[in-house]
Amino acid sequence: MMEPIIKVDHLVKNFGKNEILKDISFEVNKGDVISIIGSSGSGKSTMLRCINMLEEKTAGEILFHGKSIDGLKRSEYRSKAVMVFQQFNLFENMTVLKNCVIGQREVLKRDKEEAKNKALHYLEKVGMLPYINAKPKQLSGGQKQRVAIARALAMDPEVILFDEPTSALDPEMVGEVLSVIRSLAGSGLTMLIVTHEMTFARDVSDRVIFMDGGVIVEDDTPDVIFGSPKMPRTREFLTRILSQ
Amino acid sequence: MFFESVANIWNKYGGSIMGGVGNTMLIALIGTVMGLLIGLINGIIRTVPKSKNGFIRFIQSLINFIITAYVEIFRGTPMMVQAMLIFWGYAFASGGVTLPLIPSGIFIVSINTGAYITEIVRGGIISIDRGQFEGAASLGMNHFQTMTRVVIPQVMRNILPSVSNEFVINIKDTSVLNVIGVTELYYYANSAAKQSYKTFEAFAIACVIYFVLTFSITRLLRLVERLLEGKKNYTIFGSQTDPAAEIHVKEDE
Repeated sequence: MMEPIIKVDHLVKNFGKNEILKDISFEVNKGDVISIIGSSGSGKSTMLRCINMLEEKTAGEILFHGKSIDGLKRSEYRSKAVMVFQQFNLFENMTVLKNCVIGQREVLKRDKEEAKNKALHYLEKVGMLPYINAKPKQLSGGQKQRVAIARALAMDPEVILFDEPTSALDPEMVGEVLSVIRSLAGSGLTMLIVTHEMTFARDVSDRVIFMDGGVIVEDDTPDVIFGSPKMPRTREFLTRILSQ
Repeated sequence: MFFESVANIWNKYGGSIMGGVGNTMLIALIGTVMGLLIGLINGIIRTVPKSKNGFIRFIQSLINFIITAYVEIFRGTPMMVQAMLIFWGYAFASGGVTLPLIPSGIFIVSINTGAYITEIVRGGIISIDRGQFEGAASLGMNHFQTMTRVVIPQVMRNILPSVSNEFVINIKDTSVLNVIGVTELYYYANSAAKQSYKTFEAFAIACVIYFVLTFSITRLLRLVERLLEGKKNYTIFGSQTDPAAEIHVKEDE
């Protein structure tokens, strides 16, 4: 049995008196593509943000290769579990290329040439090579998200955390971003994807986690979750979503 | 009659007045740049995330308190009084030794401007989208890297109009430094007035010079702001459909 990359162990997160996450536990193994689904406010994004340490957990443990992330060097850990945001969060003052270089230079201390080549390699992968000298404000939402994915990939992370990567996009741009993520899933990269795209979740994931009210209701293969969910709440959610 | 006596004063005192212009601009320019530096450093210090360690958190609060006190005191008192207090305060403490005048002037204008720009920078940092901080943090960049590489460059562009404004204010306000005897524009205009008994004419000259300085600087800075906004367009290199198309990497580091 291989040691999981990330193990979330009885994670609790409160905002003031509001319990957002109540006792969340699951494991992420190397190569896993896990989709996290559930309605807004179910705690999906908060959980992802806790894993990236953007939110401080209230209780429980998050283990990275068996070690509590509290004891790890924050910058080093984050560069291995990078996040892709709903709002892209590209650095507005930098070109597309620079966006993909800066993290490698500052955090991984790679030399200029190596960082540039790595950035170009991944920008090509996401089809953004022609736009390397553009500034983020000159790009469409779908293009920005593809750059954000290249920026994350350039760090050579062990796991990428996607926080609703297509929720801020116009419908016609969702496809281009999903196809990039789909091709990454095929390449063996470990990914956690919070998403509202059910077809996508069913097609690319090895596992689907359904969250509701701050707890994991069901954690199973996409076949089970979408085919014959065991829990009535999962069934209810999917019926509501898929009938739209 | 009026123009004749203005011409006379100019012929006699024009050289020293222009020397005063040099000092005025020197003090205002260096003072504003140093003030900006103080403001940016304070901005970076004030936004450091609160530590979990109790002792470090106490030190952080203490430093933040000192910065706030600095801002409030220097914004809440006239620069003229600050000049007297600092210059003669040093003389008092050192037993009569006074500091050289021009560096004293630069020092006084710097810390005074620093107090104002600290607040301008604070507003500038607040106006930057939280996503910029999170984007940097998520890649593993620390606070200093995030601030110097991502946030401050964006803040700089946003606050430039306010900082330009501080510079223009400083050109005018260096005139108060004459109370400690700094030989700037006002000082020479005043001595020309005293020596020639033509007070109105002498200060008419000073007034015109101040206006020409501030007006041309304002226009110049407006131009710089426009240049900093950058081009609206960009060049596409290569092609998404034709892999043979050439890719050029613009070296901008």
